[in-house]
Amino acid sequence: MKLVIVKYNAGNIQSVLYALERIGMEAVVTDDHRQIMSADKVIFPGVGEASTAMGYLQERGLDNIIKNLEQPVLGICLGMQLLCRYSEENDTTCMGVFDTTVKKFTGQLKIPQIGWNNVEEAKAPLFTGLAANSYCYFVHSYYAELCNQTAAVTEYGVRFSSALQKNNFYGVQFHPEKSAKAGEQILTNFLNL
Amino acid sequence: MDNQISMLTKRIIPCLDIKDGRTVKGVNFENIRDAGDPVELGAFYAAQGADELVFLDITATVEKRKTLSQLVNRISHHINIPFTVGGGIGSIEDVSVLLQNGADKISVNTAAYKKPALIEELAREFGSQCVVLAIDTKLESNGEWYVYLNGGRLKTETRCIDWAKQAVNAGAGEILLTSMNHDGTKQGFALDITGTLSRLLPIPVIASGGGGTGEHFVDVFTVACADAALAASIFHFKEIAIPDLKNYLFSKGIRVRI
Repeated sequence: MKLVIVKYNAGNIQSVLYALERIGMEAVVTDDHRQIMSADKVIFPGVGEASTAMGYLQERGLDNIIKNLEQPVLGICLGMQLLCRYSEENDTTCMGVFDTTVKKFTGQLKIPQIGWNNVEEAKAPLFTGLAANSYCYFVHSYYAELCNQTAAVTEYGVRFSSALQKNNFYGVQFHPEKSAKAGEQILTNFLNL
Repeated sequence: MDNQISMLTKRIIPCLDIKDGRTVKGVNFENIRDAGDPVELGAFYAAQGADELVFLDITATVEKRKTLSQLVNRISHHINIPFTVGGGIGSIEDVSVLLQNGADKISVNTAAYKKPALIEELAREFGSQCVVLAIDTKLESNGEWYVYLNGGRLKTETRCIDWAKQAVNAGAGEILLTSMNHDGTKQGFALDITGTLSRLLPIPVIASGGGGTGEHFVDVFTVACADAALAASIFHFKEIAIPDLKNYLFSKGIRVRI
């Protein structure tokens, strides 16, 4: 199986690579259009700021490549947010795969949310084999609103989409690469799709 | 606190002191083949249910940077939970190497105090989420908590609360607060200064110093509203096993990952 991690200017690729290694998978890190299109599966990670990341992807034509992929795609954290329609973070139009909006947390809770939170109402196939309400590791200030593509729900002042799925596109707000056994199970499930 | 509902858990964070690539504080485990190996010990804690790890490098030699980046690389290959690296970090280059080798966060202390712009630079370059400001603080006879530098050897005239606020404005993502009055005593955390910062600051506060019993952890989470609690020797010497601690906290109604 050819597994590709999309290379762009938004961090944490190394952590994802190591996590895949721990479950016995190798991945190619690339921004080459043909390599991405020909992959069996694509992981689209990300830590950073939405408008800068979208600008970078657009300059290289990667946004059009990614949103038209037909093989399984897993967006992680910012990667998932960039697959949504729009992000409040610097008023950014995103790729529009998931029909939902990314908003900033408001209220009295600390921002960013940092730590382990429940992943509820988690749907197959990404969450197959996980205990109900497993904990995953989150670091984020923006969240995707609930929508009919919500594949898991987490509560931090507001109930939000901690996972999304539409056809071959999957997205998780948390970091499976840092979420201990639960995260390894989720990555394994994605690789087994 | 507030009336918004959050299911976020309180974090338990073992801290490992590293010198020349080895853990230095004595460790007393039966299940560990080589307790001096930070990777094996860290993996053990991760398997026990630690929520994060902190590796504090106290190496003073010129070889430090190289050994530390190699160690961080090994840690990130083997450990499936987030970890922070601290100890003598003073520049964007230092941080860049550590993050490239897989560290999730770095902590800065003395260097950030001496050059507060460092926090801004790091936050801009790498994001606030990976910038932990470590503060060593001590309660003086005038009733004020002051900032200490150089591992607690150098007193400043800055109040802890003022430095913490300044650091948050500069872009620090979390505060790791160590009370020198409590560190090593196992008599409980510094509830007053921890509570003051936790309530005042819009970012998470990690309490450190003084945790000796399950009740101490209950207090630091409930009375002082800490977001996370860090400890070293009580874990290293098996005075409290992490699963037992978490079960105890759970039984007291505190949200933890079990």
